[in-house]
Amino acid sequence: MSKLIRMDHTGHSTLAEWTAEEPDAVEAAVEAFRAELERGYLAIVSTGPGHAEQVRELPVDADLVILRLPICGG
Amino acid sequence: MGAQAQPLDVLPEAEALHWRPRVDAARLRRVGALWTLTTVAHVVPFLGAAALLMVLQPLALPVAIACFAHAWIIPELYAQRGANVLRPRGRGADESERRSVGLLGDLVGHEARELHARTGLVLEPGRLGPWLVGEAGAVLLHGRRRKAFCYCIKVDGRALAATGGALPSGDRIAHLLLALRADEQGFATVANLSFSGARWRLRRRMPAAARSALDVAAFGLDHSSKRAC
Repeated sequence: MSKLIRMDHTGHSTLAEWTAEEPDAVEAAVEAFRAELERGYLAIVSTGPGHAEQVRELPVDADLVILRLPICGG
Repeated sequence: MGAQAQPLDVLPEAEALHWRPRVDAARLRRVGALWTLTTVAHVVPFLGAAALLMVLQPLALPVAIACFAHAWIIPELYAQRGANVLRPRGRGADESERRSVGLLGDLVGHEARELHARTGLVLEPGRLGPWLVGEAGAVLLHGRRRKAFCYCIKVDGRALAATGGALPSGDRIAHLLLALRADEQGFATVANLSFSGARWRLRRRMPAAARSALDVAAFGLDHSSKRAC
């Protein structure tokens, strides 16, 4: 089961869960993903210890996609 | 959408700062040398003035002491500014803190999780050197001498305000950690350098827990526990 989560004031919220065999769930996840990107979130996929990749489209085969906010120098 | 969604090589935040030179090892060496020169330029004139005053007029001892004090305090203030980047920020509600720390724990290994529980900081190995990531900043130890580079970096306040308010501590760290993993050089480019200098200068301005994390970053766990003893 893949998950789309958003880091937010609650700690994190699960926005969608899907498997590749469930087209409706995938579609819902894609819609939720795009809606969050439009709100200003950025998407990251953890690709093993110490590695992560930024993505602009939902990688359906990823186990966990995390939405984060932009960062800036303090 | 697709199973092979194309990853981005450069952090979008770094792309937006196109005028900033991208940080790499050579740039870190140059910046580190510049900070050292600046420190010397602050300290030497005060020490020289103090020595000269004592030679010319021993009764000027109070003024000489004031010069010595300036020579000591200016580098200490810079080091304090560096140490401040790892200072913990405010805590959120218990439940959100617990959830955010749980997510952060899923992103790091056992040792990093244990270090975070003890110090509030996450150790992340990088190509430029080991990083200590806090809630609103990160310290990079670079080079053979593990010189400290303290970066101020945080979640963008405008984006935060537009999306629902303050983040719990674990999420603040996770934001920085994921960005660092995605593009280490971009992360250092986006961040503002608040101090660079010898590790010992930074270490003595840090709280005890953060000092222990710095030792782990510099020497590994075994050496750190020996120092703690």
